[in-house]
Amino acid sequence: MDFSPDEDHDLIAEGVRAVCGDFGDGYWSDLDQRHEFPWEFYARLADGGWVGIAVPEEYGGGGRGIAEAAVVLRTIAASGAAMNGCSAVHLTIFGLNPVVVFGNDRLKETFLPRAATGDLHVAFGVTEANAGTDTSQISTRAVRDGDGWRIRGQKIWTSKALESEVVLLLVRTGEADSGLDGLSLFLADLDPDHVDIRPIPKVARNAVASCEVFYDDLPVEGWRLVGEEGQGFRHILHGLNPERILLASEAIGIGEVALERAVTYAKDRNVFGRPIGMNQAISHPLAKARIELHAAWLAAQEAAWRYDHGLSCGEQANSAKYLAAEASFMAADVALQTHGGMGFATEYHVERYWREARIQRTVPVSQEMTLNFVAQKVMGLPRSY
Amino acid sequence: MKVVVCVKQIPDPADPGELDPDSKTLRRDVKLILDESDSYGVEMALQLVDTAGEGEVHLVSMVPNNEVSGLRTALAMGAAGASLISDECLAGSDALGTAKVLAKAIAAQEPDLVLTATESSDGYTGTVPVQIAELLGLPSVTFAKEIEIDGSTAKVKRQTEAGYDDVECPLPAVVSVTAGVVEPRYPSFKGIMAAKNKPVEELTVEALGIDAGEVGWAGSRQDIVEITAAPVREAGEIIEDEGDAHERIVAFLDELKVL
Ligand SMILES: Cc1cc2nc3c(=O)[nH]c(=O)nc-3n(C[C@H](O)[C@H](O)[C@H](O)COP(=O)(O)OP(=O)(O)OC[C@H]3O[C@@H](n4cnc5c(N)ncnc54)[C@H](O)[C@@H]3O)c2cc1C
Ligand SMILES: Cc1cc2nc3c(=O)[nH]c(=O)nc-3n(C[C@H](O)[C@H](O)[C@H](O)COP(=O)(O)OP(=O)(O)OC[C@H]3O[C@@H](n4cnc5c(N)ncnc54)[C@H](O)[C@@H]3O)c2cc1C
Repeated sequence: MDFSPDEDHDLIAEGVRAVCGDFGDGYWSDLDQRHEFPWEFYARLADGGWVGIAVPEEYGGGGRGIAEAAVVLRTIAASGAAMNGCSAVHLTIFGLNPVVVFGNDRLKETFLPRAATGDLHVAFGVTEANAGTDTSQISTRAVRDGDGWRIRGQKIWTSKALESEVVLLLVRTGEADSGLDGLSLFLADLDPDHVDIRPIPKVARNAVASCEVFYDDLPVEGWRLVGEEGQGFRHILHGLNPERILLASEAIGIGEVALERAVTYAKDRNVFGRPIGMNQAISHPLAKARIELHAAWLAAQEAAWRYDHGLSCGEQANSAKYLAAEASFMAADVALQTHGGMGFATEYHVERYWREARIQRTVPVSQEMTLNFVAQKVMGLPRSY
Repeated sequence: MKVVVCVKQIPDPADPGELDPDSKTLRRDVKLILDESDSYGVEMALQLVDTAGEGEVHLVSMVPNNEVSGLRTALAMGAAGASLISDECLAGSDALGTAKVLAKAIAAQEPDLVLTATESSDGYTGTVPVQIAELLGLPSVTFAKEIEIDGSTAKVKRQTEAGYDDVECPLPAVVSVTAGVVEPRYPSFKGIMAAKNKPVEELTVEALGIDAGEVGWAGSRQDIVEITAAPVREAGEIIEDEGDAHERIVAFLDELKVL
C-alpha cells in the first residue's frame, strides 16, 4: 500500500486548474441561465490535450487511464464549473471506451484521432422512457437495410445531443422479447434529416441540455456497429465501471468547491457579533462534509487504480459512486445552509452547486440500483426484481 | 536560433510568506513558482523560434534552494532545457551579484538573443537586465512590446509613455520584455509530461568560474538597513449620494490629480 502523492496527478490537476482559472463562476452561471453550451471552455481544454487524455497514444491521445481522467474531471468540477463543465467534456474523455475496446479498425481510425484532439462531440443514448432502468426493455430498433441498418425509435435524456455529431446508441437488433441478448451498439450520426432532438426543460446543469431524441429510419452503415451484433449490452457494461468512477470524481469536485465557499463565508459572516463559523452547529457539518468527501475520493481512487490495473472493480466503482453522490450533495446542502438566505441567491453560486450535486444521486445510475448491485452481486442477497 | 530566457522563480504572490527579520529579506523556503513577468519572455521566445523555423529556447534561473517548479512550468510551455544556478554562497545576493551569475550562465549557452522581464514581481529593482548586458558587452534594449528578427538584427518596438520607439540593434542582444504584450500559453498535457524529462543542468558558482566572495552576502554592495511594514490601508471615504455625488467624486479625483 502506497499513499505517497502521485506527481503526475498533481501536475495534471495544476494544468487543468490553470485553464479553468480563466472561466470563473460568472461564466458558468451566465451560460446556465442562458442554456448555452460552453464552447470556449471546451476548445481551451481540447487544445491543451486534456479532453484526449485517455485516448490511446496510437490515436494521438494522452494514453492515460481512468485515474488521470478522474483527476481532470474532479479538477474541472472543483473550479466551480461543476456539472456544466464536466458534462461538456465527459463523453469525449471516456465515452468512446467501447469503441477502443470492441470497435473495428475503421471505427477506431476514423473517430479516435478526432476524440484525441477534442474535435469530436459524442452523446450516449441508452435510456428510454418506457424501459427505464430496466435496459432489457429497450425498444428502439435497428433493422438491416442492405449492408447497413436503419434505426427507428425514441430515446430520452440523451445529454449533449444538440451539440454532438455522433451518438453511441444501444438499440434492439434481435426479436422484441430478446431481452439483454438482443441489443447492439452503434456509433451513429445524429443526422438532422432523420433525427429530431428536443431539449427537456430541467432543474440543473442547463448549459448542457439533455434531450428527447427521435430516430426516424436513420440510415447507419454496417461498419458503424461497435463490436458484435447482439453483444451491445455487454460492450456497454465494460464502460460502466469507469463511468461511475468518473461521475464520482465530478461529484467530489462539486462538493469541494461548495465546501470551500462555505468555509470562507463561515469565517467572514458575522451574526450576534461573531463569525458564524464559531458555532459548532455550523462548523461540525462542514468538517463532516470534508471527511466524507475525502473518504469518497479514496474510494474513487482505489476503484480507478483497480480498473487501470485490469482488476475487477464493480464493487469499488459502485461504492465510490454511492459515497461520492451522498458526500457531494451533503456538502452542497451544508454549504447552502451555511449561507443562510444568501445560499439561495444566484450570486453566491452555492445554489448552482447544490442543484448540480443532486444529479449524481440519480445519474448515470440511481443510488438504489447501486445498492442493488452491491446487495446482489457482491453480498449474494436474492435479486429484488 | 538560440534564445536564452532569464526566469526568476519566486514565492507565490497569492501566498507570499513573510520577511525574515535577521536577513531583512523575504523568506524563500516555500515552494517557488515561475514569476508571471517572465512568462511573457518565455512566450515571446517560443514565438520567435517558431517564426524562425529552427532553434530552441533555453532557460536560465538562479534560486536559493534547487527549486525547479517554476522552471518546469516554462519547460512545459515549450522551452528545450534549463540551467539552474543554486549555491548556498548566493544567499543575500544583490542585483549586481545576481547579474554576474546569470551573465556567466548565459554566456555558456552562446545565445543569439537573451530575453528577460523588465522587472521581477518580488524584487522589482528592474536593474538586472541592463547589468547582464553590460557584463556581457552586449546591446541592451528595454521595454520591448514586439521583437522581429531580421538576419543578424533585432528590430524592436520599444514601449514608451506616448507610444513606441522603433529600435534596431545587432545580435546577440539582451532585450527586456514588457509584461502583458503577448498571451502566455498554458502548458498542455503533453507539454507538462515532456517537461519532466527535459534537461536541467545544475550549476554551482565554482563551476561558472565565479569567486564566491563576489556574490551573496559577501559580495553584496547593497546593505538593507531597515525594513518597515507597509502602512495599513486607511478606510476610504464613503460618498453618500445626495444628488451631487458625481461632482464630489470628480472633485476628489481632481485633487488626486488622476483626471
Ligand atoms: C441530467 C440527466 C442527464 C442524463 N444523461 C443521460 C445520457 O446522456 N444518456 C442516457 O442514456 N441517459 C441519461 N440520463 C438518464 C439516466 O441515466 C436515468 O434517468 C437514470 O438511469 C434513471 O432511470 P429512469 O429515469 O428510467 O428511472 P426509473 O427506472 O423509472 O426509476 C425510477 C426510480 O425507481 C427506482 N427503482 C427502479 N427499479 C428499482 C428497483 N428494482 N429497486 C429499487 N429502486 C428501483 C430508481 O432507482 C429510481 O429512483 C440522464 C438523466 C438526467 C437526469
Ligand atoms: C541564494 C539566494 C538567496 C536570495 N535571497 C533573497 C532573499 O532572502 N530575499 C530577497 O528579497 N531576494 C533574495 N534573492 C534574490 C535576489 O536578490 C534577486 O534575484 C536580485 O536582487 C534581482 O533583483 P530583482 O528581482 O529586483 O531583479 P529585476 O532587475 O527586477 O529583474 C528583472 C528580470 O531579470 C531576470 N532575473 C532577475 N533575477 C533573476 C534570477 N534570480 N534568475 C533568473 N532571472 C532573474 C528576470 O527576467 C527578471 O524579471 C536571493 C537570491 C539567491 C540566489
